[in-house]
Formats: sequence, C-alpha cells, structure tokens
Amino acid sequence: MEQQASEFPANVKRAIADSQLQWAMTETGPRFIEKRAKARANLPEFDALRDQARDIKDHVLSHLDLYLERYEAKVVQSGGQVHWAETTQEARAAIISICKRLDAKLATKGKSMISEEIGLNHALEQAGITPVETDLGEYLIQIRGEAPSHIIAPAVHLSRDQIEADFRKAHTHLDPNRDLTEIPTLVEEARQVLRQKYLDADVGITGANFLIAETGTSIIVTNEGNGDLTQTLPRAHIVIASIEKIVPTLEDATTILRVLARSATGQDFANYTTFSTGPRRPEDPDGPNEYHVVILDNGRSNVLGTEFQDMLRCIRCGACLNHCPVYQAVGGHAYGWVYPGPIGSVVTPALIGIEKARHLPNASTFCGRCEEVCPMRIPLPRLLRHWREQEFEKHLTPGAVRWGLSVWAFFAKRPKLYQFGTRIAARLLNLMGGRKGKLASLPLAQGWTQYRDMPVPQGRTFQAMWKERKRG
Amino acid sequence: MELTRPRVGLFVTCLVDLFRPSVGFASVKLLEEAGCNVEVPENQTCCGQPAFNSGDRKDTADIARAVIKTFSAFDYVVAPSGSCAGMIKAHYPELFAPGSADRQAADALAEKAYELVSFLVRVMKQEKVDARFDGTVTYHDSCSGLRELGVRAEPRKLLRTVEGLDIVELEDAEVCCGFGGTFCVKYPDISNVMVAKKTKKIAATKADLLLAGDLGCLMNMAGKLKREGASLKVRHVAEILAGDTAMPPIAEAE
Repeated sequence: MEQQASEFPANVKRAIADSQLQWAMTETGPRFIEKRAKARANLPEFDALRDQARDIKDHVLSHLDLYLERYEAKVVQSGGQVHWAETTQEARAAIISICKRLDAKLATKGKSMISEEIGLNHALEQAGITPVETDLGEYLIQIRGEAPSHIIAPAVHLSRDQIEADFRKAHTHLDPNRDLTEIPTLVEEARQVLRQKYLDADVGITGANFLIAETGTSIIVTNEGNGDLTQTLPRAHIVIASIEKIVPTLEDATTILRVLARSATGQDFANYTTFSTGPRRPEDPDGPNEYHVVILDNGRSNVLGTEFQDMLRCIRCGACLNHCPVYQAVGGHAYGWVYPGPIGSVVTPALIGIEKARHLPNASTFCGRCEEVCPMRIPLPRLLRHWREQEFEKHLTPGAVRWGLSVWAFFAKRPKLYQFGTRIAARLLNLMGGRKGKLASLPLAQGWTQYRDMPVPQGRTFQAMWKERKRG
Repeated sequence: MELTRPRVGLFVTCLVDLFRPSVGFASVKLLEEAGCNVEVPENQTCCGQPAFNSGDRKDTADIARAVIKTFSAFDYVVAPSGSCAGMIKAHYPELFAPGSADRQAADALAEKAYELVSFLVRVMKQEKVDARFDGTVTYHDSCSGLRELGVRAEPRKLLRTVEGLDIVELEDAEVCCGFGGTFCVKYPDISNVMVAKKTKKIAATKADLLLAGDLGCLMNMAGKLKREGASLKVRHVAEILAGDTAMPPIAEAE
C-alpha cells in the first residue's frame, strides 16, 4: 500500500476541511466510548484481566522463538503448512504461489490488517487473481479503492448516503430503482452479492487474532460470520498473520478474548469466534483441502528487546483510536498508511521508518487516554515519546524547532538570565495588549493566534513580585 | 498538639511566573492558610517539559537535576499545575538509570511532589476553604493532573465549600483541550478542532466561569473563547479557592 505518512500535515488539512468526514466522526466516536465504558462497568474483573492479558503477551514476547516453533510443529502435525515471510514481498509471493499452484481465479477474504500491510489485494490482481473482501466494511472500501480508516471499523468514515451511492455504482446488475434507504437493505444487498462469491472462490484468505502454540490453531473474531464462509467453502484456506499473534494456550487466548471485544465494540464477545486447526479431515463434513499459515515479520523482530517492545502486545481492538482526540479530529486516512491512531503512530515508524513517519509520534498531546483504555496496557504516550527521542537523536527534527529548543534550554538552565528575559517579556507583551488583556495576533506565534487570542501577561513576573514582597 | 508546619517549596511553573503571578500568590495564600511555611526558591525556571516532549533527553535531564537540587531540602514541592507536578513525580525518575545517585534523588523528590489542590486535600487534610464567589462555575480536568496524578475529586471537593458557588459538570471534562504544550503550535489545525469541541461543551454548561488547574490549558481555552466572543470568564482554580479575584480573568482587561 502506498505510504503517505510523510504527508501528514497536508492530509490533516484535507481531513479537517472534509465536512462529510467530520460529521461521520462525531456520529460514531462517542458511541464506541459509551459501549466500552458500559462493558467495563459490567465486568468487575476487567482491569485484573488486563493485567493477565499483558502478562501473557509479555511472556510470549520473551520466548517468541520457542512458541513459534511449537506452533509450526502443531500446524504440520494437523496437516497444514507454515510459510515464514521476513518481508512483505515474501508474504505476497508465498500467497500467490499457493494460488497459482491451485490455478485460483477468485479469492474471498476475511478482514485482515496484515493483508493491508502487505498490499495483498493489489498483488493478487497483478497475478490475475480477483480478491473479494467479505467483511462489509472492507468490501465497502474495496469497491471505493480506499484504505481502511479504522482498525476494526474500516469504513467508519462513510455515511449511509455514500454507501448507497457506491452500491449503485458497483452493483449495476441490480434494479436501478431498488430502495436502499435503510441500512438493513444495504446489508442484505451486500450479503446477496457476496453469497455467490463464497461459492465460486478457489481460495479463502483470512487474518488471525491469535495463533495458538499448543494446538496449531488460528482464531478469527468477526461479527458477520463472513470469516467462516471464507475459510470453509474454498479448496484452500490461507491464514496471514504476524509473528506476535502467538499465544501459548487456548486458555490464554480466551483470557485475552474477554478484554478484546469489550475494548473494541463493547460486546462481551464478538458474534463469531472461529477456531481453525489444519485442513478438512476425512470425517469432517466440510472444510478446505489445504490449510496454510503465512507468518510475517516485516521488522517486528527488530523491535523485540528494545524500548519499543510493548507495542507488540497490541491485539488491534481500536480502543485507543476511539478515545484519541487527535484521531477523532482527523480520522484514519490522515495517518497515511495502514494503522492509524495512537497505536498506528507507534507501529508505523517501526515498520516504515521514523524518517517517513516522523510527524505521527509528534501529533499527540500526550493526554494519556489511549493508555488508560488499552486492554493490553501498552504505555502508548511513552512509546510515542521514545520515537520523538529517536527523531531528535537522528537530527530529523526541523532546524527551526531544534534551534528554538536549544535557545530555550540555554536560558532554562541559567535562572538569572532566564528571569531577566522573562521580566522583559512580561512587560513587553503586557504593553502590546494589556489594555485588552489579549492579543489577536503575535509575531512568531501565528500557530496560536491563527485560531485563538493570546492572553496577555499581567505585567510583572511572579519572581520579581515575590522578591519585592520578601523585602517588605 | 501543634504539629510542626511543613516546609513547602513552591514550584511556580514558567507560565504562572510569566503570565499570571496572581496564581502564584493565590497558591502561597492557600498553602499558608493550610498550615505550611512556603518558600519560593529563586533558582527555578521550568520543569523541562518542552525538552522532554521534544525528545531532547539531555537538556531535560540537566533541567531535572537543577530542579531536584533546588527542591530536595523541602518537605514538599508543590506546583499549581498537574502537568508540571506530573513531570516531577511521574517522569523525573525515568530520566535516570535505576540505582544511580540521580535516580535516587529523583525518586526522593517524586515522593514529595504534589499538584496544589490535591496536596491541600490529601496531605494537609483540608476540608474547606474560606472564600466566596457568587456564580456558576464549571471545571475542566487537565490531562496530566487527571491521568498521571489522579486529581479529580479534590478540586470539586474544595470548590463546593466556596460560599455562593455552584458547580455544573462539563460534558467530556476529561477530554484533552488540545493544548499539549508545543503541540498547539506544531499542529494548529488539529489543536483548533480539539479546542473548538471543548468550547462548545463549555458554552453548553451556561456557567459564568471556567476553572482548571493548569495555566497552559486555561490559556488555550480562554484564547479560543475570547476569539469566539464568549462572555464566560476563565480563571485558575487556585484564584477562586483563595478568594483572590482582584486581577482580571485570563485574557480579559478587567
């Protein structure tokens, strides 16, 4: 997928000017927050479960090689195959090679962020294989040719009107006079269109929320049941997942599942939690003949053992996006790649490089709401700050900012000089706007005064007045 | 039995020092009335957040060392800001290697660092203030104070004891106002969307006065409210708790 993370400031301007997007964000944002709060309130052990979930993933991350090998052995034992992919290119090649061997023409797909990360749909099309997204949100953005704007709700930026228009454009074989004013009719139409695709597909591709080392099982969590049809009906099921999706046992997976849906949608559990182990056995009534798991690294192993390791605990629930005032102001596309919001601003620099993604960790007020709601207790503000440190150390910080900072630090370390300066500044600013108490415009502070007035200092510094008071 | 009065070092904060000394004097008054001996070390500038949040660890550590040295002799260091107190309490220790002398000194200072209003309630066990304000106020919970220090109940508790004052809760009081230090000038467009959402909620309370415990957030919200032509006034919570409203509200001439 094309990366536009470096275009963040321009993306932001576009997003803020997009009244349709702004409307969609105000409609959906608060609902996610309310639902999570209710789900949390209904489960007294919720915060204790978060601790357990964090500990499980921390344990896995410090023994990742062991669990990955154990997982592979179990997959092979159940008749499946594991394909290791160090890069996105290797992952795409592994999937296309399976499809080609099976002479596949049509691939149905369950929702997968890794598929977005490796740009799978484009690669499949190039190889003559038609990908069809079966998650409603993913289907919508596929027919629109867009990237997802949210980790669990890829089309959250769209309104019903837009969806109706897209359906009329894409489904030209249907009656142009049909009524699509109600959301259920839109869902029904998508279902009708997709039903035949499930039956025609040669290959079904899904992501995985968990890979279970003790059994070689992959788990997907969906609300539409589309994942089940995607993976059971075609001849081959290909799972695409990244290395950190491993958990040791079924029990561990169920512990984390208890915080996943609650954090994501506020449901106690998603509608469908599907466990897949190997291909169809002779006694099975249905299922794929082949079962493949493509396991992607794409830079994640470089994060192990570093100050950034905690990001690998993420279970992609999207709670940090829902609670982030910056995400809620600009939407997911502004972040310019696959993963938006606070977790995106932490993960994206690790995957595409801080050089290309330097804006993302800076676009945060460190308000800390993301960390407060993260079910895996990822210290997101701290990780964002670590990226800013890398940026500073690598001299990627813009020259003017760096210069301003060094001048400020020079004075901040010299209290006498500093106080001399502040006495002048307080007086000067007061003279400039004291009669009104505020300044509508201030040189070198356009970023501030463009949108708000600058309150004027009272005229003297506290230190100067305190000294006077002490003298009596 | 008369207990010894604790010796409190006031960390004025750079914004209060430069923009609003009256908040510093209100803080001194509150601390003294609560039974503290207050001193204001001359040797202070800023807590170092601009460097810390810009990824400049070295300058941050230099500034932190100076603050630690200046305040280590006091029983407590108190700041009229959740953000600066949070910096000292939550972040100074992480600047230094575990086990180092710097770390020990940072841990020791962190232990006795407090945001003003929570200090009055938690440490000085203050139940009420001697102040009067006739009007309706609403309160914004600044992020650092709320999430790094857990300050939420304390300002409301003391405000309820101000004679003549009514509190009306602000919807989404715990959502960031969009200030974020240098964030508001680095990403002014995003910051503006955030503060505009905030002022809309503030207006909906129909309160006469907006209060908060951090001058940065207050200047941001006051600046936006004034630009929008709002008649509602804005002050630091310490001014109302101290009954000290001689100076005009933030961004007002009188």
